[in-house]
This record gives sequence, C-alpha cells and structure tokens, in this order.
Amino acid sequence: MKLIMCAGPPTSGKTTVLRQVARRLLKKGRRLAYLKIDVQFADEDELFRNEFAIPARKIYSGDLCPDHASVLVLGDAVKWAEEEGADLIVETAGLCLRCAPYIVGSLGIVVLEATSGMNLPRKIGAMLTLADIAVVTKIDLVSQAEREVFRANIMDATRIEVLEADALRGIGIDRLVRRIERAEDVTMPLMLKGSPPVATCTICVGKKVIGWEHHFGVLRKLDTDLFYRGE
Amino acid sequence: MEIRKVTILGGYGRGGEKERVDQVDLEMGDLLSIVGPTGSGKTALINDIGLFAAEDTPSRRRILINGAAPAEEFLDDPAKNPIALITQHTGFLSDVSVASFLDTHARIRRSGNRDAVVADILDFANQLTGEPIITDSAMTELSGGQSRALLIADAVIIGNSPIILLDEIENAGINLTRALEMLRKYEKIFVFVTHDPRITLSSDYRIVMKGGAMQNAITTSLEEKRIGEKVTELDKIIMGMRDRISSGERMLEKEFRAIMDMTWLT
Repeated sequence: MKLIMCAGPPTSGKTTVLRQVARRLLKKGRRLAYLKIDVQFADEDELFRNEFAIPARKIYSGDLCPDHASVLVLGDAVKWAEEEGADLIVETAGLCLRCAPYIVGSLGIVVLEATSGMNLPRKIGAMLTLADIAVVTKIDLVSQAEREVFRANIMDATRIEVLEADALRGIGIDRLVRRIERAEDVTMPLMLKGSPPVATCTICVGKKVIGWEHHFGVLRKLDTDLFYRGE
Repeated sequence: MEIRKVTILGGYGRGGEKERVDQVDLEMGDLLSIVGPTGSGKTALINDIGLFAAEDTPSRRRILINGAAPAEEFLDDPAKNPIALITQHTGFLSDVSVASFLDTHARIRRSGNRDAVVADILDFANQLTGEPIITDSAMTELSGGQSRALLIADAVIIGNSPIILLDEIENAGINLTRALEMLRKYEKIFVFVTHDPRITLSSDYRIVMKGGAMQNAITTSLEEKRIGEKVTELDKIIMGMRDRISSGERMLEKEFRAIMDMTWLT
C-alpha cells in the first residue's frame, strides 16, 4: 500500500488539494482511506466520507504535538487502511513546522500557498526539506513573476520537486496524481524520516520507529485517550 | 527552443457546449485581442494558454506549441518557459525589495548580466509610470500602476519571452499608448485581454468570448485599423488633459471646443 503524508501550514490548501487528488485516484479505481490529525478541531473526515464514501477518520492530538501523535497512531492507522485494502492519505496540522511527519518510503507532500511571504521556505525547516514534493497553491492570486520567485526560494531552501496548482479549479492536480501513482509502497517497520527537536520523550530523543508500542511516557493509540506507559 | 506557432484547441463553455471556435493558430508576430463582457471567460482563456492547458482545466482546452504538446520543462524551469503572463494583479505580496526581487527573477530566468537586466527593467517601467520606482522600496509599497509597469517590463526584458499574454493592461494606471508603442518594437506573439478599442482595433484579429466559450474569431478590417489610429489620437488628447490636471493646471473651455471641432475625428 501507498502512504501519502500531507503537511503544511493552516489554510494553505491541503484539504482542497487532497480532495482533488482523491477524486482523480478513485476515478482510476484506486481504493483510499483518509486520516486527519489535528489539534482541537477538524471536520475533514466527514467531508471525505460524505463526498467519496471512503473510510475516513480523525484524531485530535490535544495536548500532544500533532507530529508526536502521528508517530504514535500511524502504526495502527496503516494496519486499518491495509484491512480496508486501501492506500492511506494522512493530512496533518504540522503545527510547529520544525518537526516533519514524513515516513521513510511514504510520499511526503508539503502544501504551501503562493501568497505566503517570500521567506517562508527559509523559515520552515523539516516540513519542507524532508518532503518529496512541494505543492504551491493559490497561484491564481499572484503574478507569474512572483510565482517564479517563490519557486526559486523553495529550490534555494531544498532541492525538491515543485508543482504549482490552483486547487480550487483543479488546475495542476493531474501532475500530482501522476507523481502519487509512481510512489512506492511503504515497507515495515515504518520509520520517521527526521528527528524532532527538543528532547523530553522517546520520540524527542530520536527514537524514530513508528507505533505507540515502541515508545514510553504519555502515549495514545488510534482508538484510545492518552495513557502512561513506563516506570 | 524556437517558437513559431501557438495553437489553442477549443474545449467547452460553461454550459458544457462545445466552443464554436474550435482552433486558433497564433504565428510569431501576431497580435490577438480577446474581447467580451466581464465574466465571459477572457481571463480563463489566457490562463489556459499560460498554464499550457492539456484538457486539465475547467474549459478542457488544449494548447500546442509548434503543433505539438508542450514539454513538461516549460512548467518546471522558468528559464525555459516561453510564455510571460501579465495578470491583473496590481499589488505584490513579496516582503522583499524591488532590487532583490528582480535580481532573483533574473537569476532563475537565467537572463545574463543581472545588473544590466535590472537597470533595463527599471528604465522600461519608469517610462510607463508617473512616479519613478525606487529600487530600495519594498515590492509591497509599489502603487498599482508601478506594479503593472514593473510586471510588463519584467516580462519583456527578464523573460525575453516569445509569447506575452496581457490581462487588461488598460486598467493599470499606466501610459497605455506608450506601452503599446514600446511593446510593438519586439517581435513576439502578443495576446491582449481587453475592453479597449485602441488595443482591439490595432490587433490582427480578435476572439469574442461568451459564457466561457470562444464564440467568434474576427479579422480586423483595414477600415477598423484606420478607426483604431484615430481612437489612439483621441486618447492622446485625453491623456494630455489628464497630465495637465494631474500637474495642477486648469482646463479651459475654449481649448476643449477646439478639440471637439477637429474635423479629422469624424
């Protein structure tokens, strides 16, 4: 199965991009499951369930960092999608922009809006540099010259594939879909690509393996609230 | 890559009906206008050209370059993109200085000597604006007219693009007659979205839009071209008035009457 991890600042257009992508992939006969990881509110799971009739769910990370929550629950979520016989699309809030949710062998997509500041690509770290593709949205709101300079600033921050899209009108999405179709299947064990900064838990100190059963401290499963495991 | 021809293959209008104009071929040196009421799909049409639509936009149109599907590198490498699209944006969001913006753009478009290119752009742009652009100012501080002038100069000089698409430059607060004179010195394919008779009547032909679809393609007659020249003269008179009022002068009725009496206008 393919694992598609989509991150990006709030309001950058992640959901709009993923809806356009899902519509096209489903039309081509692929099976999909959708997981939204957010902090305190999300309704995208209902949106995907209602619009596409696919298995969809959400978790709230609450007091946990959303990328930490992702490490804990993603092992369960991949099993869930596998049982559904589906590829898994994960959309995360990616709040502090210093961590990155991407998994080795997943397709990491960062969604940035063309209207964000020219220095944004330099300000965000691993969320951009560890992604496989940057999708630049809202290109209809800026001039071509500005779009090209924004692209240059991304390429200066990291050598990465950049696709430009007007996701509301579905423009530029076909190329992203072709890239997803070329993505490889994920392999076990699932491992985080990068180490998050700040060391206060097993994830923070660099233990990258995915799944709550590999970690200690305050944890959660896909289906539980927070609990403590350790001495 | 040498560009000789751009082809628009018709798609569908907003109501799902096939476009009445099913193919438009633009040869190097052609000047095309796109006309039609607000909301008729003019901007969508030039956006289709600018994005090399491949049945992947709402209109389902296709754009061919030299009769074939465009290379993907046009979209991936700005230095290889043969199209410059000047949108209706009259403001920038970039929190950088004019000099740094132009320098970065010249670098990715691989335009040669960057200092010289930036100087040329400012020279070009400042001929179209009232107040000159200061290179140290932030892009966000430019006025609407300065922004449009800079974008036009950028497209013509940095891009040196063989195909230039311009969306309603008459709304830009720039000296349009001067802009048209300067643009015509370049051998390129020009596509204007416009409501302005000066631009339409000096084009080689025009596409009339309705309901999101290309409704008709009209070749400009010699008679229309003659009218276009007179409209341009008329505009110069109005521009002259505008400049005099802007610089604090009073208008006099007797001068105005003299203008209205000019027989060549009728």
